[in-house]
Amino acid sequence: MRDRTLWTWHVFAGLVILVILGLHMAVMHLDAILGIFNPAGGHPVDWANVVARAQQTFFAVTYVVLLGAALFHGLYGLRTIIFELGIGSGLKTTVSGVLVLGGLAMFAFGAWAAWASHTLARTQ
Amino acid sequence: MLDTNGHPNRLGLWGWLGGGRWGLERYLYTLHRLTGLGLLAYFLLHIIVTSARAYGEEAWLASMARVTGPLFVVGEYLVFVAFAFHGLNGLRLVLVELGWAIGKPIEPVYPYRTSVDVQRPLALGVMVLAGLVIIAGGADFFLLH
Repeated sequence: MRDRTLWTWHVFAGLVILVILGLHMAVMHLDAILGIFNPAGGHPVDWANVVARAQQTFFAVTYVVLLGAALFHGLYGLRTIIFELGIGSGLKTTVSGVLVLGGLAMFAFGAWAAWASHTLARTQ
Repeated sequence: MLDTNGHPNRLGLWGWLGGGRWGLERYLYTLHRLTGLGLLAYFLLHIIVTSARAYGEEAWLASMARVTGPLFVVGEYLVFVAFAFHGLNGLRLVLVELGWAIGKPIEPVYPYRTSVDVQRPLALGVMVLAGLVIIAGGADFFLLH
């Protein structure tokens, strides 16, 4: 894929991350100030709060979208940094291949975890 | 002129660290890269650690027990700080990239005005905003819990 296209997706993914990760950070780390999406009170990582969020399809979907956007944004950024070190074209191909495969594997695993926890939470 | 070792515009690591005559925005660029790498490293571990919730309460509690303690609280706060900086500075970069924050082209009449006259206030404003988010996060992390 052309670098210009990848760069456009990188910028777009960054905006998606800013919104969804902003919400995630507000829920997880500004809880004492904002108190949103933690219905059981206590800490946001308490099991009751984790289940309450996982039960909502909104959170399951946004976790998967965030996972994909953040993996692409982060790994493309890493690729750009590595390429700027002036490596040869053979190594560039290897780096791209490793990052694509690694990214896809992490996405598959993370998406499974998000959906499995959503399914599990809905049974409780 | 800096020695580029036969690779014009490719200064390697020095290209990251040296602000040169570019000033504030150049250091924001360096910080943007460093925080980006830090966030990526954390994110990859975060995917693995939080996947424990898919196996039920016991696995989740065991996973959380491995990442508790003052060191992890400080580490998580640093991640929060990196996010606040990287996210808001990234928004500035998008605005500049799309040409919405560089001002309109004008005739070069002395005293010259450049796009920095528009970009610099934006950079400072974004850093103030990031600072406020970082302070709010600090209060939540260390004072309100």
